[in-house]
Amino acid sequence: MFGYYVKLAFKSIKKNPLLSFLMVFAIALGIGASMTTITVNYLMSANPIPDKSEQLFYVQVDSWDPHNAFNDESGDPPNQLTWTDANSLFDAQKAVKQVVMAKSGGIVVPEDKNINPFEVSIRLSTADFFPMFDTPFLFGSGWDMAVDNKLEQVVVLTKKINDKIFGGENSVGRNVTLAGQNFKVVGVLDTWEPVPKFYDVNNGAFDEVEEVFLPFKLKETLELPSWGNVNCWKSPDGEGFKAFLRSECINFQMWVQLDNREQQSDYLMFLDNYVSEQKSLGRFPRPMNNKVSDVMTWMENQQVVEDDAKMMMWMSFMFLIVCLLNTVGLLLAKFIGKSSEIGLRRAIGASKGQVFQQHIIESATIGLLGGIAGLLLALLGLKGIESLYGDFVKNLISLDFTMAATGLLIALLSSVLAGLYPTWRACNIQPATQLKSQ
Amino acid sequence: MLELGPIFRALLRNKIGAILIAVQIAFTMAIIVNAVFIIYDRSQQTKRPSGIDEANTFYINSSGFGDDFDIKGTITRDLEAIRALPGVIDAVQINAIPISGSGWSMGLQTEAGAEHDGQGVAVYMVDEHGIKALDLELLAGENFAKSDIRWRGPAGSKWPAKVIVTEAMAKRLFPELSYSEAVGKTVYINNDEPMIITGIIDKLQAPWVGWDNLDNAMLSPEKMEFQSTRYLIRTVPGMRDQLMKTVEELLAENKSRVIDGMRSIDYVRERSYRGNTAMIKILTTVIVTLTVVTSLGIVGLASFSVNRRKKQIGIRRALGATKASILRYFMVENFLISASGVVLGAALTIALNMLLVSALSIPPLDWFYIPAGMLVLCLVGQAAVFGPAKKATEIAPATATRTV
Repeated sequence: MFGYYVKLAFKSIKKNPLLSFLMVFAIALGIGASMTTITVNYLMSANPIPDKSEQLFYVQVDSWDPHNAFNDESGDPPNQLTWTDANSLFDAQKAVKQVVMAKSGGIVVPEDKNINPFEVSIRLSTADFFPMFDTPFLFGSGWDMAVDNKLEQVVVLTKKINDKIFGGENSVGRNVTLAGQNFKVVGVLDTWEPVPKFYDVNNGAFDEVEEVFLPFKLKETLELPSWGNVNCWKSPDGEGFKAFLRSECINFQMWVQLDNREQQSDYLMFLDNYVSEQKSLGRFPRPMNNKVSDVMTWMENQQVVEDDAKMMMWMSFMFLIVCLLNTVGLLLAKFIGKSSEIGLRRAIGASKGQVFQQHIIESATIGLLGGIAGLLLALLGLKGIESLYGDFVKNLISLDFTMAATGLLIALLSSVLAGLYPTWRACNIQPATQLKSQ
Repeated sequence: MLELGPIFRALLRNKIGAILIAVQIAFTMAIIVNAVFIIYDRSQQTKRPSGIDEANTFYINSSGFGDDFDIKGTITRDLEAIRALPGVIDAVQINAIPISGSGWSMGLQTEAGAEHDGQGVAVYMVDEHGIKALDLELLAGENFAKSDIRWRGPAGSKWPAKVIVTEAMAKRLFPELSYSEAVGKTVYINNDEPMIITGIIDKLQAPWVGWDNLDNAMLSPEKMEFQSTRYLIRTVPGMRDQLMKTVEELLAENKSRVIDGMRSIDYVRERSYRGNTAMIKILTTVIVTLTVVTSLGIVGLASFSVNRRKKQIGIRRALGATKASILRYFMVENFLISASGVVLGAALTIALNMLLVSALSIPPLDWFYIPAGMLVLCLVGQAAVFGPAKKATEIAPATATRTV
């Protein structure tokens, strides 16, 4: 019966091409608009590291101004750490794994004189960055913990930079001149594009990963510049790079891995103890306010999903509602227009249930056609978003299988929903009255 | 005259179709009115002038490398060479570019001490050429003298003795004084470092276009002894693109540095406001498609109801109704539906706006958008129904006699 009803549905769709086209078109537009915005929101709010997001925590301590909270509205502690705190907390090694980091930059002078010197962005980090965030390696690996404290000059390159300097060869063991210094390559990352770039959302949550990785503590010895946001509530005591590092300016981030609740509460206790100790040294003038947030909590706290994206999603849902109302109206018109046909079917023995099935299947067929067309429109919509916003959304516009399936499901469900009332009306057509007027 | 009574009673016999159209009109209105309002709001934001000569200005970055890179000498020579180029009005070393998205902010306060609140201000470090290069107008006081300019070290944290602020900033600091009276006043940076206001400039925006204090800016008289620096260059009209090439080649002659990131201010503006431009385009598309969908829906349902009532229309015509009165019937019917739709729509519009205001940073709607939206949606309904209604008038009176 099902196959027969599908056949009937296509017949009916063909019989009234304009009306059918209008319905499919309306559903396609609604689904297209919704899927475009849902995809952008879905990717913006995606979990960038699903296996570990509940074990990785961002660390905040309140080192801010006694007279003004860092964030008046939420009362949250500062979103970054001072150099002093980043180093002390790292050196304590109280978590299972921990990484402190910052953004910097420098000039690379390739050995090959045919390649002009160029500027790269640098992620300063500690050894655990690579195992904590599961970064994929093409060649070699990250550095080990000893390197961090021995201030060894090693570097991990991204694939892009390795391609540029070494033509994509295995460069482990070779040297790179960066920021006027010699660095030994220990590893080359494979393509790695976490969306959002969760480990540091301060400088653009959808930015690209930095181009090279260096040990964090080299910042002090090599006086590497501070890229990314620097915030100070009071200016450094004295002039010069050292004074800046000793100041209350924040430019550094820290993540820790804590595997269970006990470790979490232990770590918070450790933070409180650390702050109390600093208070006795005259720092941390504000009330105790330390926080660790897991990945998704931190993404939410930092409002990684753009307001504009949310607004567009809500509007596209309303758009879908309009399109569905439209479809309900048109289906109603269509089914009632078929009254005499339905009357005939009923008179020669079709039950109400069968008429119901037939018309629900017709609605669903229209929904599916609309859904498929809608997915194509969504692809077009995402292309449009890319051309309007540029690089920023590069990682936010791929329609994956889950999203495509969701789109079709929404189309199917909403068209069946839209078809319910018209179908019900169609079932209740009295065979007698219809046959009489023939 | 308008036969409201019969039309209304006929509508009641086919409630669902009418309700569907009314609700559809209501949702359409809620989306369209909010969209138009957001478009207006965003386009106003995008149009705000930055205060500089945007069409004829560009900037370029220079990053020296190696230990023996002569920072001061390079900067001095670069500026001399660029300023000497024909077609360059002026050039200046600067720490940040207006409306570019990245820069440096500080707080200025009128009383010293950490317990007093400061006014956020964008800091532009420039020498005495700053005012001309940025195309600023000095409203009061005077420009920096060459002797006022000092070198700021790579991690310097102290501030010079003089400062020039924008008119907006002067008003923020001294709300009770006119801007010219602010000249000579002392303000404090970093809680307690005094700076004397020596000049007031007309308008200069901060680097962050989304910032509430966008018009708060100050000029600090200094050159920067930084490995990485940037120059802002203003040219005579029409010479910008040509000079961009010339300047890039000129600076690239020095091989111990990297020259990159050369951009025109036009590009900077396009990039900074890209989100707004995109939003405007997207919402415009939404408005157009939504209007089309709703109109087609009305056309579809009206055609259907005309078809269904062929016989009745024929009878009315046979009994003496003119074409005009048939047309009027459908137009009035649609108007009744649209009118109830837009009343519901007004409520939905306000609800959607309240949602947007509370959850996102969208300002509340101006009241006149609502009646305007109601009017427009009614007109759309009338336009959509006109086709099917016109068709209804073509039904011949003879139809009445056929199938009975």
